[in-house]
Amino acid sequence: MSSAEPILRVSDLEVSFATDEGLVRAVDGVTFELAAGEVLAVVGESGCGKSVTAMTLLGLTRSANARFAGAAYYGDTELLGASDAELQQIRGAEIAMVFQDSASSLNPVQRVGRQIAEQIQAHEKVTDAQARERAIELLERVGIPNARKRVDAYPFEMSGGMRQRVMIALALSCDPSVLIADEPTTALDVTIQAQILERFRELVAQMGASVILVTHDLGVVTDIADRIAVMYAGRIVEQGALDEIFYDPQHPYTWGLLGSIPRLDRPRPKRLPTIPGLPPSLADRPQGCHLRPRCPHEFDQCAKTPPLVARVPGAAAHLDRCWLSCDRKRELREIEPGVIGLRGKHEVELTKGGAGS
Amino acid sequence: MKRFVIRRILGMILVLFAISIATFCIFNVIPNSDPAQRLAGRNPTKGQIEAIRRQWGFDKPVYVQYVKTMEKVFTGDLISYVSQIEVDKEILQDAPRTFSLAIGAAIMWMAFAVALGLYTAVRAGRFADRFLTALALIGISMPVFWIGALMSYYLGFKWNIFPNGGYVPLTEDPLQWAYHLIMPWTALSLLFIGVYSRILRSNVLDTINDDYVRTARAKGLSERQVLLRHVLRNSLIPIVTLWGLDFGAVVGGGALLTETVFDLQGVGQYAAESVAQLDVPPVLAIVMFGAFFVVVVNTVVDIVYATLDPRIRLT
Amino acid sequence: MAIEPASELASAVPEAIVAEGGRTRVAGLAPWRIALRRLRRNRVALAFGALFLVIVAMCLAAPIYASQIAHTDPFKNHLTDQITIDGVKKDVVAPSGVPIGPTYSGRFFLGADGNGRDIAVRLLYGGRTSLTIGIGAALMSTLLSIVAGTLAGFYRGRVDAVITQILNLIWSFPPVLLGIALGTALALGGLKIGPLELDGDSKLIPSIIIAIVTVPYTARPLRGQVLALREKEFVEAARAQGAGSLRIMFSEILPNLSSTLVVFFPLMVASAIGFEAALSFLGAGVRPPNPSWGTMIADGVERIITGPHLAIVPGVMLVLSLLGLNVFGDGVRDAFDPRAKVRVRRS
Repeated sequence: MSSAEPILRVSDLEVSFATDEGLVRAVDGVTFELAAGEVLAVVGESGCGKSVTAMTLLGLTRSANARFAGAAYYGDTELLGASDAELQQIRGAEIAMVFQDSASSLNPVQRVGRQIAEQIQAHEKVTDAQARERAIELLERVGIPNARKRVDAYPFEMSGGMRQRVMIALALSCDPSVLIADEPTTALDVTIQAQILERFRELVAQMGASVILVTHDLGVVTDIADRIAVMYAGRIVEQGALDEIFYDPQHPYTWGLLGSIPRLDRPRPKRLPTIPGLPPSLADRPQGCHLRPRCPHEFDQCAKTPPLVARVPGAAAHLDRCWLSCDRKRELREIEPGVIGLRGKHEVELTKGGAGS
Repeated sequence: MKRFVIRRILGMILVLFAISIATFCIFNVIPNSDPAQRLAGRNPTKGQIEAIRRQWGFDKPVYVQYVKTMEKVFTGDLISYVSQIEVDKEILQDAPRTFSLAIGAAIMWMAFAVALGLYTAVRAGRFADRFLTALALIGISMPVFWIGALMSYYLGFKWNIFPNGGYVPLTEDPLQWAYHLIMPWTALSLLFIGVYSRILRSNVLDTINDDYVRTARAKGLSERQVLLRHVLRNSLIPIVTLWGLDFGAVVGGGALLTETVFDLQGVGQYAAESVAQLDVPPVLAIVMFGAFFVVVVNTVVDIVYATLDPRIRLT
Repeated sequence: MAIEPASELASAVPEAIVAEGGRTRVAGLAPWRIALRRLRRNRVALAFGALFLVIVAMCLAAPIYASQIAHTDPFKNHLTDQITIDGVKKDVVAPSGVPIGPTYSGRFFLGADGNGRDIAVRLLYGGRTSLTIGIGAALMSTLLSIVAGTLAGFYRGRVDAVITQILNLIWSFPPVLLGIALGTALALGGLKIGPLELDGDSKLIPSIIIAIVTVPYTARPLRGQVLALREKEFVEAARAQGAGSLRIMFSEILPNLSSTLVVFFPLMVASAIGFEAALSFLGAGVRPPNPSWGTMIADGVERIITGPHLAIVPGVMLVLSLLGLNVFGDGVRDAFDPRAKVRVRRS
């Protein structure tokens, strides 16, 4: 991890949509940075705004009823205000995206090889034959057997796992600096998920790309993320290194997330702890801290929106959005010790009152 | 693909057979009167009626009648008792006129519909879209025979901008051929332009929200490339089927009204005139051939559709 | 250039924001309620729907108009009569054959036709015929389509094969041709199927013909929907509760077809009315001297040189009716299908 300039800087990003039913604030003030070569996982439940954030970076949420505020910098280019021409150059070649639903994200009447070649030819002057060769090579790299034949297949002729590999191949085809993966394995079986993630991680490490991984699955995160940003109701509520988040979570919502992961190696609790209540409607969010109506630890100050700042002594990059002091948080935190990733990599011991090693 | 084609063609043959039976039933079985008398037209003599009865086998069982009727239709032995014209010859003579009208109109409506549909989709919600959609709705609401008659009267007869009906064969004078057909083509296209442009607009608006279009943008393609290569192409696919279906239907029937109004002496007009005179044999033949044509065109369209959308080949 | 898709998020808010004692509450709404709300906001569609109703009302009032204002009936021809306008006596039909133009007074408000009949009166009576046949045909067609589509989609197998083949068969015939074929065949001898016996002149015949010819256009989409609905969990659940096939069809399947039918119906009426006009124009629908907009247009076109208004007037009525139905039908469809229209706040 170099200490050079961050490759992506997002500050106070706000994305809203004007609809018949009112102003829908999908993203309500998001700030983060992506360093070169790092994997940032953006975690949260459906509707928290993580997908919209990801897609806004590529300008894919622009429409007549969309309103933006804040800024997102890729190097020197400001993405929110970028012209169509600038965006076109960045998309695919500098910042590429892997979408969630490979079945609907690939053109159903076009062969997969052609779809990959199309992206290559949009950014580089190569012939059809050359592009096709590159496509075959990419398909091999992502682990598709018999790539030379498969390159002419239609999406509906492939299984879900293979299609997702095609999506990854597509995203990597022009060697982008930043890869945004929006729930890349959610639509797949668990066993396939593991394989694909593994391959994905290898490729990303090989190519030295930076990754924003959007997911709601914490298990996926422990396997490949360097840093985590937890989102709730359009805001980042906690942000920090993988170990910091898992060993010393600071925000009540994060506690809820971690606490609700079922454990195979411990006796089954009577009830799986959940966070009571429902997330607020996108059009009508509470004033101040968004979690307030559901938080058992809320108090008067919570009526004012807590800023995202570092409150843990000694951890300048571990930020959270909760007014409680760090000590108080450690007192109140009651989580089942331990979190296990998809392949049992991280075993975390958490006790009441103290941070882990 | 080959199996698909064979299956479709076999299906087609079955349908053609069913059509011949159905047509036969419509004319000679369902109606509640003496078929020989119906065929004979107005004021026939008893002798004539008897002759018809024997010739067509109306004194014999139904399946014999069917065979005899089909024989007459397909061997050119069909005569109209009202006009004494050989029906098959007349149809062959009139067919080129009907095709000129139908094909020209089909090309015209497709071209305008695609342009209009795409344009209104891209400018959806804005004034241009609303205005053009309003025009399309008016176009759909105007019966072709009415607007055709008015066009013929005002643009043809009164102000002499276009010829007042009539037909000039293509082989004789291509320019005059087109000149005489411009009004009929326009009248016939109006309805379809209205319908198709709105279907295309709807398809495009749906497709534009599809995920793979988002992927195409994320690839770095220009908006224009996205529109043409992904959105339009995929939006047009269902329209191709419709176009094929309607083309068959137009040739088979819709052209009829236009021909009558502009006096093009096509197959449709022949049918219309026969109807007015309650002359059955020509109507029988034209209905059957019309249906045949529709089925053949549909089968061809199905096959073309399968080449465009490979998912269909599985059905 | 940003094209305007309604963002997925924007269309994922089918809730009403209900103000409740100072705090706003969010409530879910039933789909047809949402549709009704949207339709009510669509003033253009409502206006055109009203236009159609006005025309219907006018035509229903035909007998009143005929007896109270025009003092004639649609069949009486006044070839040799004279009427007084502004103190001047005029021939209803001049010796040259040219009928009188619009008088804009009680009698012969819109003038007379070639046979000396009052156009305005015929227009309203003709409207009654055209509208009755059109609406009747649409109703019959809807009923037949529901039966055919539901049976075919629900039972599948052989029932489906037979029904689909019949539908395909009807569909293979170009509608206008089939219409005139049936019209001709039936006009000559009427219809006799079992207990059903109709005279060749009956107004029901064009209705039935139009209904049969247009059944495939509705039955096929319905069948498709039933096929899909059949696989849904709530049908399985109903079966698990012991419901028989008939009951499932009525309680689970049909209600879910209702939104499709509601969207289809105005457009079906429009196309039925248009179809009737075309058939009557060709002489295969309503038979003279019965008035219908189609026959009036035919008469008018024949004598268009003596006065284009003979053809224009019934045509305009027809166009206005169709326009009213089409725009309203469009509005209904937009109300039920949120993606068909772009929803942008007027800000």
